[in-house]
Amino acid sequence: MSRPSRITPAALARGALVPLVVVAVWQALSSSGMVNPTVLPSPGAVLVRWWHYLLPADPYDPAQSGWLAWALSGEMLTDAYSSLYRVVLGFVVGAGLALPLGLLMGTSERVYGLMDPLVQVLRPIPPIAYIPLAILWFGLGNPPAVFLIAIGAFFPVLMNTIAGVRHVDGIYLRAARNLGAGKLTMFVRVILPAATPYILAGARIGIGTAFIVVIVSEMIAVNAGLGFRILEAREFMWSDKIIAGMFTIGFLGLGIDIAMNRLNTHLLRWHRGLDS
Amino acid sequence: MITALKSVPASVPETAPVQIEVRGVDKVFATGGHEVVALKGIDLEVRHGEFICLLGPSGCGKSTLLNAVAGFQPPSRGVVLVDGQPITAPGPDRGMVFQEYALFPWMTVAENIAFGLQIKRMGKAEIAERVEVLLHKLHLQDFRNRFPKDLSGGMRQRVAIARVLALDSPILLMDEPFGALDALTRRTLQDELLRIWEEVGKTVLFVTHSIEESIYLADRIVVMTYRPGTIKQEVRVEMPRPRDGASAEFNRLKRDLAQMVMEEQQRFNADEIHSVTAD
Repeated sequence: MSRPSRITPAALARGALVPLVVVAVWQALSSSGMVNPTVLPSPGAVLVRWWHYLLPADPYDPAQSGWLAWALSGEMLTDAYSSLYRVVLGFVVGAGLALPLGLLMGTSERVYGLMDPLVQVLRPIPPIAYIPLAILWFGLGNPPAVFLIAIGAFFPVLMNTIAGVRHVDGIYLRAARNLGAGKLTMFVRVILPAATPYILAGARIGIGTAFIVVIVSEMIAVNAGLGFRILEAREFMWSDKIIAGMFTIGFLGLGIDIAMNRLNTHLLRWHRGLDS
Repeated sequence: MITALKSVPASVPETAPVQIEVRGVDKVFATGGHEVVALKGIDLEVRHGEFICLLGPSGCGKSTLLNAVAGFQPPSRGVVLVDGQPITAPGPDRGMVFQEYALFPWMTVAENIAFGLQIKRMGKAEIAERVEVLLHKLHLQDFRNRFPKDLSGGMRQRVAIARVLALDSPILLMDEPFGALDALTRRTLQDELLRIWEEVGKTVLFVTHSIEESIYLADRIVVMTYRPGTIKQEVRVEMPRPRDGASAEFNRLKRDLAQMVMEEQQRFNADEIHSVTAD
């Protein structure tokens, strides 16, 4: 986890090198005629398709809507919004349940002993395995998707919160007791901040998992979202749109990770080794 | 006991009231199936405003004794009294400075110093005022908004000292506070500690394994034995401060203390070699 370094033209050129080579090989393969365009469309076709996916479907009509609303009405942005909405909601539910439980399990041996066996059994079950139950319990639409995403986000946040609380260096506890800290002060001002690096690392893994699960969950029960769109494109054999959708997923995931990293860097600016 | 080296009165008269009383303290640790007697039959009286150094090699129980006074580890037998009251738990009346600094890395310098005062529920304005005074007293005013990771070892230990001074506790417990610092920084902080001690008149219990440091600082040096930790000898240092490390008296005392400490160090060495060959 290093601080985002400054981007120089040289670094930019170096970073673009491998992607450019991959695209060049891909283009060469398409131009050679050896590959059926339905199996592997050319980079140009994907780019065009991506552009159309991004643009609003209808021409601008001031009578219908404002300019901004029109600009954002493209299918891709609607899909990205639908997916992000599910990720955020599912993550908030999952992490929101995992954080207090993790803090409790980390601080209390009794709660830990009570909960740990169940957690250990449930943890290895991939969120995907909950799909049948999710449909049975929540029907179609957003609720089953949010349920699956919440499960995906829950365990990384839980496990890291427990570890964070349990690994608080004893020297901080001793120093705080020496200064006269009571239980509440100890928890809020010492244990919680000391555990933050672990908790945030868990949140980062959790949101990554949530993003994987959203794509899968959209393939089952909804009619918008990036995952839904690439599955829909497959039914029409629009391989260029499948790949355009996949790139969109990639860029969105990257954006989320960068945002999380920025947040971590800010919250952990006191932490050793972040900017060294 | 080694007699006074000079007929200058010690800075703390022997008539000052006793503040810390250690009576018949034993401490036994059970480690890996066998018992280690860390302290055996410790009796020690520390007077108000006295500067005491606990001196001895590793494993002589000097930190264990300090922790017993701090209230972190209750003794297995015997009692520790502070102003006549038995110690049962750590508390802000006995501020501790740790060798590892133990600053809270998520708090700035000023926040670290203010933390103990916030626990006491002191008013915001009063906290700000007291923090300001301490920042200046320890020459930290330009570092108030830094985090500990951005400070040198010496600076960190200044913050740790300011943090316990903020509590205004009558007793300062210091566990090899300057052990990890380079020689020059160490001397600077020793001088500042003495300056502050003379100014605020606190009782100091200071653990060190450096003979020179103990002579430079203490009113009284308590030399401890290696396993079981007992008090081998108490030595009053009556040279006026600041003490000159090149003076004949200083060096005579250093030689005497070195002999005592080395006897214990050799027992420590023998034990260590024995435990290695036994494995």
